[in-house]
Amino acid sequence: MNDTIEIRWHGRGGQGAKTASLLLADAAFNTGKYVQGFPEYGPERMGAPITAYNRISTKRSTIHSNIYDPDYVVVDETLLNAVDVTAGLKQDGAIVINSGKSPQEIRPMLKGYKGRVCTIDAGKISEQELGKNFPNTPMLAAIVKVSGVVQADEFVKDMEASFQHKFASKPQVIEGNMRALKRSMEEVQEG
Amino acid sequence: MSIRERLSGNEAIAYAMKQINPDVMGAYPITPSTEIPQYFSTYVDNGEVDTEFIAVESEHSAMSTCIGAQAAGARAISATSSCGLIYMAEMLYVAASNRLPITLAVCCRALTGPINIHNDHSDAMSVGDAGWVMLFAENNQEAYDNYLQAMRIGEAVSLPVMICQDGFITSHAIENIELVETEKVKEFVGTYKPEHYLLKKGEPMAVGAFGMPAYSMESKRQQAQAMIDAKDVIRKVSDEFARMTGRQYGLIEKYRMDDAEEAIVIIGSSAGTARECIDALRAQGKKVGMVKVRSFRPFPAEDLVDALKNVKVFAAMDKDDSCNAHCGPLYAELCAAMYAAGVNGPKGINYIYGLGGRDVTVDSIGRVFAGLEEIAATGEVGETYRFLDVRE
Amino acid sequence: MSHFAKDMTPDVTWKDITPGCCIYEGGTSQVVETGNWRTMKPILDMDKCRQCLLCAPVCPDMSIPVDSEGKRMDFNYFFCKGCGICANVCPFGAITMVRDEK
Repeated sequence: MNDTIEIRWHGRGGQGAKTASLLLADAAFNTGKYVQGFPEYGPERMGAPITAYNRISTKRSTIHSNIYDPDYVVVDETLLNAVDVTAGLKQDGAIVINSGKSPQEIRPMLKGYKGRVCTIDAGKISEQELGKNFPNTPMLAAIVKVSGVVQADEFVKDMEASFQHKFASKPQVIEGNMRALKRSMEEVQEG
Repeated sequence: MSIRERLSGNEAIAYAMKQINPDVMGAYPITPSTEIPQYFSTYVDNGEVDTEFIAVESEHSAMSTCIGAQAAGARAISATSSCGLIYMAEMLYVAASNRLPITLAVCCRALTGPINIHNDHSDAMSVGDAGWVMLFAENNQEAYDNYLQAMRIGEAVSLPVMICQDGFITSHAIENIELVETEKVKEFVGTYKPEHYLLKKGEPMAVGAFGMPAYSMESKRQQAQAMIDAKDVIRKVSDEFARMTGRQYGLIEKYRMDDAEEAIVIIGSSAGTARECIDALRAQGKKVGMVKVRSFRPFPAEDLVDALKNVKVFAAMDKDDSCNAHCGPLYAELCAAMYAAGVNGPKGINYIYGLGGRDVTVDSIGRVFAGLEEIAATGEVGETYRFLDVRE
Repeated sequence: MSHFAKDMTPDVTWKDITPGCCIYEGGTSQVVETGNWRTMKPILDMDKCRQCLLCAPVCPDMSIPVDSEGKRMDFNYFFCKGCGICANVCPFGAITMVRDEK
């Protein structure tokens, strides 16, 4: 892995992109990395497009600016027309999209982006495993799988520990989240 | 062993407060500092600290609460930002002139208008004459470390202390941090033992006296001496902190300045971004460096002159405009320091930058150095009052 | 270095003035002679005074002492500013305001 991996998240206000970026920072931190996780704040409006960022590195990154040339972009399909999601995205990087479509169906919507296109139906996985549309956990698992920013087995172990801590009184939630996580890592498609 | 964690700047400040366990917090929420009293009130509610948390109806009252508490003999703290800070302004002067070492965490944010919640230094700079010690942090670690040193500094010179960090940029960004064990923090910070205080048995006391012209100037001169004395106190407390943590601070930090010919002088989070730019330019063989101002009050005039006296050209970076058709506050005071010291070799320009959250990138700093290189090459200074990354 | 109010005179230097002009003792107003602000002076006619004590509580400067028997005594001219409120409330004309010749 490069010294520093930069990730940009596009989401909608209130739908968890910021939380997901912080969860990824946590997961990377727990495996010994230096992390930055920060949202781009603005008027906080439910549903409006928002951006969040991660820098993950083997030595401390001192840069305190937004990320313009990310290695990876994580995005919900509904934002593809509203936001220029591939702006600055490195051609040797990847975009991970929450969508039921295949990478081949999505690629024409990405303004000629030549890098890897990955899709994961995080909504469906969440509905099936958790009974609700909480796409965070599966999206997090997908970006970890695609980017390799954290070793997959370390990530699974770390997430299980943090779910056990967070949902100590609700074991069924822990199991659902773990199933969602593992399924996402298996089902993410690349094309 | 220090504790490896990852926290936002606001979490780090709230955690430092928890470790210190002060007596009173008077606070009113305002973005982006709201999380500090929010997290801290959770500690109060959980019984993790025995601080008296006083929720008030305004920042003016928050500082008034701190003044009353500190005068009574308690350690008092607050946190604020932006218009909250300038709404406190009247009481900031009262706190300083009554020589009350209150600690105030500030998440720097633009002042209106246009209405803006993002980072610049217009709030902190606007209260630069209030008589507070003002330390600025580059990142969450420095915000935390500065906070742990604040009470030692303030109580030694009987002046209040502002611990400033950049709103959102560090206040809301999660980064790695090394925390100090709570027992060590408590030992380092110690207990507050004022000589005179309102609740002292057997010594009635009046605070907030009326000072006629026959007395006011002597009082202010004495206050000025406390700020002069604060320079050495900051150095000594920093040295002691370094012995505990290995992290050394001073009034300023010099980065790759030894043989630097072109330098920037900067405050806050953009110093970190500048390091990356300087490393890249150094790799190209360019003699560039940075001086980061940690202590804005007291103003480190001697340290800055010493750091810059041999450069060919420098740029003072102001995240605030004094709206004086001339320059920002850092440039003004830096040039006054150079002139007073008789140092007139280096050429100096001023950049107003990052207002209202305008993102400051590695390339932004590169454009500053490009400007400096041109001055160094041609000897032509041109306009000294410049604006960085503004659309023409 | 003294921190007593009596030493905080207009000659005190910046090194010796108390921080923030704070005062670290009580009752410091006792040494401030407000009697020299006076232009008119109340005079009590003991023959007319019935000891009704309406005057004592209205004095803004606590300058009408009352003894342990509950009787008012003569004015304390060290503090009395000569405002005349006592003369105004006296129902018996026992207090007269006269020009204060110092």
